[in-house]
Amino acid sequence: MFTIILIMASGIAIGWLLRGRKLPFLGRVTNVLIWVLLFLLGVEVGGDERIIRGIASLGVEAALVALAGVAGCALLCILLWRHAKGGKGDARK
Amino acid sequence: MKGSLIIVAFFIAGTIAGYAGWLSIDNLGVDVSFIALSLLMLCVGIGVGNDIGALKGLRTLNPRLLLLPVVTIAGTLLGCCLIALLLPWRQLTDVLAIGSGFGYYSLSSIFITEYRGAELGTVALLANISREIITLLGAPLLARFFGPLAPISSGGATSMDTTLPIITNVSGKEFVILSIYHGFVVDFSVPFLVTLFCSL
Repeated sequence: MFTIILIMASGIAIGWLLRGRKLPFLGRVTNVLIWVLLFLLGVEVGGDERIIRGIASLGVEAALVALAGVAGCALLCILLWRHAKGGKGDARK
Repeated sequence: MKGSLIIVAFFIAGTIAGYAGWLSIDNLGVDVSFIALSLLMLCVGIGVGNDIGALKGLRTLNPRLLLLPVVTIAGTLLGCCLIALLLPWRQLTDVLAIGSGFGYYSLSSIFITEYRGAELGTVALLANISREIITLLGAPLLARFFGPLAPISSGGATSMDTTLPIITNVSGKEFVILSIYHGFVVDFSVPFLVTLFCSL
């Protein structure tokens, strides 16, 4: 976890040194890396017999819990966003 | 939306490859996921560093927004309490433990398997993978209907790594610092909350 943060921090330093230059390839590289990570997540799920067998009966239950969590967060976020914007200055500055 | 469909296509292709046994995470020799994630974080970092405006956000971050991790934890547990009514065969604490993974599927499913057995561990794994996928796919809709904080909150513990690029896209670069801070705090709460709800 700290390794990841450290890598990101060095990325920020590199980006800061390259400020003012356009980096058109960056978005494309980022997309490809997301695809690789999602593909690998799939490989892990597909290769695990325990998960594959469970998907049919437990999948719906899992999806319901996930959706409920996201919905609860989304609703409370409206309140926090209003509260934050009500404070001094622009919340997004 | 086209971007999300491509992401799902890659995930499904991976699942098929893994199920058919063409590829196995264990046979790769090196931890490709970690290397890819590291490179991803490097790219995200370069993008942030390249934009001075995003860094200025660190100093001028609205202190009220620092409550976002609390909102995420409270919102998730609230949603879990309500959905538990539809799952009478599960104990409330089981559902709360599953929700407390906040998308951190590897750690939470290991914990829950250890405390409550493989079946609940599998549900935890699927629910938290679902949360990550819901965030990746739904981020644009969440941002449009619930504001720029919703994709971050929905991402849970993943808002600092795997869902950070999509959050940056839909909420804006000025939310990157908040998103990392949020993921960091929620991440640390996972082992504590999961253990708490499994022991109740």
